[in-house]
Amino acid sequence: MKAAVIVFPGSNCDRDLAVALERAGADVTMVWHKDTELPGGMDLIGVPGGFSFGDYLRCGAIAANSPICRSVISHAEKGGYVLGVCNGFQVLTETGLLPGVLLRNSGLKYICKPVSLTVKTADSAFTQGYAAGSHITIPIAHHDGNYFADEATLDRLEGEDRVAFTYDDNPNGSARDIAGILSENRRVLGMMPHPERMAEPTHGGTDGAAMFTSLVGQLADA
Amino acid sequence: MKARVHVMLKNGVLDPQGEAVRHALGSMGFDGVNGVRQGKVIELDLAETDEAEARKTVTDMCEKLLANTVIESYSVELG
Repeated sequence: MKAAVIVFPGSNCDRDLAVALERAGADVTMVWHKDTELPGGMDLIGVPGGFSFGDYLRCGAIAANSPICRSVISHAEKGGYVLGVCNGFQVLTETGLLPGVLLRNSGLKYICKPVSLTVKTADSAFTQGYAAGSHITIPIAHHDGNYFADEATLDRLEGEDRVAFTYDDNPNGSARDIAGILSENRRVLGMMPHPERMAEPTHGGTDGAAMFTSLVGQLADA
Repeated sequence: MKARVHVMLKNGVLDPQGEAVRHALGSMGFDGVNGVRQGKVIELDLAETDEAEARKTVTDMCEKLLANTVIESYSVELG
């Protein structure tokens, strides 16, 4: 399975994401934001966490309009897989690949701690390694993770089984406790928690590892 | 030509920063502040001299980058 991880100025989870994918067996290439083309034959594009472009204007807004993002959008439109974590989720909402937006946390504070999530659906290459309804512990680290979308969009996400994860104890004010969502074709996942930071025993837990092993297993067969 | 873009959160979108400012004002003794909404002002210095053209371009900028129309509304002032 071949994966690319995009690096923006201010990305700081790019290496963590690459390592998590590599440990699961993926062949990973790092791609700079000024590149206009993705390397050929990519199965998965990772959009990492961090503070791309200093979070200027709005989190993810400038990254979403960077040269490489046009290629990421066309990869997704052709049915390619994309995983956006934290700032990567913010970037994906700004590109329009995922609906809604991440607002400032309702408590106005930056929150960095492990949180308990419920896996809402196992019906995706990202989540099929988990049982739907199971609880996993994954860290969050964000100032702007308060998921917002209009009521009709939220109803549609729930109705189409596109909510991937919810918070068990909502830390940031997210609508309907949403921590991560899938695109309509279930091949783009955006999530605020960091599975790559809970992927091996030295991290203090391995609840995130199943996402990477399941992705590599699925996409290697594809 | 100069353009000034005002970006505000739409009604119905919770503004926790505005709320924090409202609380601070209350605790400082400024009574009677029923609500605070915080927005952004972006000033652009444009080479364009035609007002209609400038408005069209700045509107396009707002739609594509300066505002996120899922949560924000914008208005453009030229002059």
